[in-house]
Amino acid sequence: MPQMNMIDAIRDAMDVKMAEDDNVVVFGEDVGYFGGVFRCTHGLQEKYGTSRVFDSPINESGIVGTAIGMAAYGLRPCVEIQFADYIYPAYDQIVSEAARMRYRSSAEFTSPLVIRTPCGGGIFGGQTHSQSPESLFTHISGVKTVIVSNPYDAKGMLISAIEDDDPVIFFEPKRLYNGPFDGHHDRPAKNWSTHPKGDVPEGHYTVPIGKADVVSEGSDVTILTYGTMVYVAEAVKQETGIDAEIIDLRSLLPLDIDTIVASVKKTGRCMVLHEATLTSGFGAELAAQVQERCFYHLEVPVGRVTGWDTPYPHAQEWDYFPGPARVGAELKAMMESV
Amino acid sequence: MTDYKPLQFHVPEPTGRPGDEPDFTGIEIPAAGSAERPPIDVDDNDIKHLARTMIRVMDKDGNAVGPWAEDIPEDVLMHGLKSMIRTRAFDERMMTLQRQGKTSFYMKCTGEEAIAIAFQQALSKGDMHFPTYRQQGILLAQDYPMVDMINQILSNAKDPLKGRQLPILYSVRDYGFFTVSGNLGTQFVQAVGWAMASAIKGDTKIAAAWIGDGSTAESDFHAALVNASVYQPPVVLNVVNNQWAISSFQGIAGGNSATFAERAHGYGIPSLRVDGNDYLAVYAVSRWAIERARRGFGPTLIEWVTYRVAPHSTSDDPSKYRPKEESSAWPLGDPILRLKNHMIQRGLWSDERQTQAETEFDEEVRAATKEAESHGTMGSGASPKEMFECVFKEMPPHLREQRQKMGV
Ligand SMILES: Cc1ncc(C[n+]2csc(CCOP(=O)(O)OP(=O)(O)O)c2C)c(N)n1
Ligand SMILES: [Mg+2]
Repeated sequence: MPQMNMIDAIRDAMDVKMAEDDNVVVFGEDVGYFGGVFRCTHGLQEKYGTSRVFDSPINESGIVGTAIGMAAYGLRPCVEIQFADYIYPAYDQIVSEAARMRYRSSAEFTSPLVIRTPCGGGIFGGQTHSQSPESLFTHISGVKTVIVSNPYDAKGMLISAIEDDDPVIFFEPKRLYNGPFDGHHDRPAKNWSTHPKGDVPEGHYTVPIGKADVVSEGSDVTILTYGTMVYVAEAVKQETGIDAEIIDLRSLLPLDIDTIVASVKKTGRCMVLHEATLTSGFGAELAAQVQERCFYHLEVPVGRVTGWDTPYPHAQEWDYFPGPARVGAELKAMMESV
Repeated sequence: MTDYKPLQFHVPEPTGRPGDEPDFTGIEIPAAGSAERPPIDVDDNDIKHLARTMIRVMDKDGNAVGPWAEDIPEDVLMHGLKSMIRTRAFDERMMTLQRQGKTSFYMKCTGEEAIAIAFQQALSKGDMHFPTYRQQGILLAQDYPMVDMINQILSNAKDPLKGRQLPILYSVRDYGFFTVSGNLGTQFVQAVGWAMASAIKGDTKIAAAWIGDGSTAESDFHAALVNASVYQPPVVLNVVNNQWAISSFQGIAGGNSATFAERAHGYGIPSLRVDGNDYLAVYAVSRWAIERARRGFGPTLIEWVTYRVAPHSTSDDPSKYRPKEESSAWPLGDPILRLKNHMIQRGLWSDERQTQAETEFDEEVRAATKEAESHGTMGSGASPKEMFECVFKEMPPHLREQRQKMGV
């Protein structure tokens, strides 16, 4: 099986779909000739021509607005917003339009489009290259929200997203593009070639949207997480020896609640980890659902470890990022509290 | 039966890509001195052509010619030239710092120095710039302490922004330098709002808005123009057309259909297109537009035509998307060399003094860098405690609790 990093896997997903379906078009800032600032669309313009892969003016609202129009015509646009931090000018188009199209027209018009966008910190990008705005999209009813953590899932879920008849926001943690990053920023970077999820099949396959992945089984505590934090959780499990069951949610909306509930009922403890800020973050939704459904199985309150409630700082990146030390301490405290 | 042919999708292409010969034949360069100089209370309808031509003052021999040739005081010229040389030295050194891993990020303004510097020299104390990341010249021209700029770039213990903000996104209120956002276009309209406030309060201050060619595509650019058109506030709307927006040439921002200056016409805003590598033209046109604003004649849009000689940022490699020789083929030349020649021609400067100035500024930057580094480099110096300050004026309970939890 070919080895791919996440960039190659994402590009390959678009390549597979573009070859299969003439209606798939790809555009965004710098995605055409150059192939994207993270190189995710490299080579696609050469292969499929400028009518199907092209550069957009720097106008995120325009990127999503034109994609909605194309999707209404019958195309399947897969657009890139260069950084999730720049998605806000497009928010009106996403919330008021893409997310509402099917409902307000009783399915006469729909928005089958994908918005790919790199998210998360870990690259010293400061507040405009580090944010994790996923909960702004799970809150709005009408867009699916996906956040991938490895090359295998990235390819399979991007193909699912392009084939999906509803709009999908597809988050790509940029710190994972080249390797599984576990939060130990002072250690040498790992790359995907040594990781089983770096084995990516050629051609078409899908990973369904709406299905979580139990990446590590355990019996002491359930860790609900996604994106970069999956690897932080794995590092913490290894370093603390706490037998955690780690669930990579992958799809935040729709949410695989059955997998979550089964795990929490088994372990009796639940910790939620995400990079995004705490207040009104997706962890709040997870904590609420877990206590609604698993209250009598819980030995301790659901815990949350997240980014602090501040804008993403530049120099204090590693103080902000919920790395293995902070997560480990919280996890130990949770285990010792009963 | 239809006689319509299948439609074709149009995507603009630049004149050259890597491996091609650079081709600037499409850029018309009118003779220096050929553009008229209207009175500052001109009706926009009477100067529509000035948005299509290029206002130029320096001819190829370095003489100042035509109606825009002003009697610029010698000390202004001298300071302008020195500030440009100093800015270039600064950029070179900061690029090296990034390569050494002492900071995370840097962006140079090489080839565009004249614009920010001459414009700044035409402005007054109390006015406010809303700059982009490529106007470091505004601070350097005012002799803002270089070491403080480097402290910010290093995010160290003396960083005026406490490590919170990405390098080069300075904020220096006392020097009329509004906090730079990393989000493109957002501040163009804020400058209009600031100018509206000045008019509301009966003040005499003006605002300077800054945006790149690529970013004129953002909706906020158009919001700025419509508000400037409606309320006629004292603002100068600067578009720095350096031909590229990362890998996208100016045609992707609509530059092949109309000049960026012409955008103003739909809003009835007077608009001028200027050779941005001609210090004398930049200074004269800046003074004109600033005076217009301050005398209550309303907004002016200026397109500064220039070329981004450097990579977009330390994360960029232009050899992947534009011809290698493009920058040396740029027909408007180097703003520093052009002003230097003009001044030599007038007997105000010499090659020796140029070399001397280059050495002097290089030494100044090295010394400032050394001093700044003594306060820490990237990742050492800025306090984690600062992370929680300044989110709100008063720290709300939840942040207090989080800070305690972190133990700082
Ligand atoms: C809202 C937003 N979208 C995208 C970006 C990413 N980005 C940073 S600079 C840049 C190019 C801007 O080009 P231009 O406006 O021409 O300015 P220049 O860099 O040439 O000075 C892009 C796309 C951003 N910072 N903000
Ligand atoms: Mg530009």
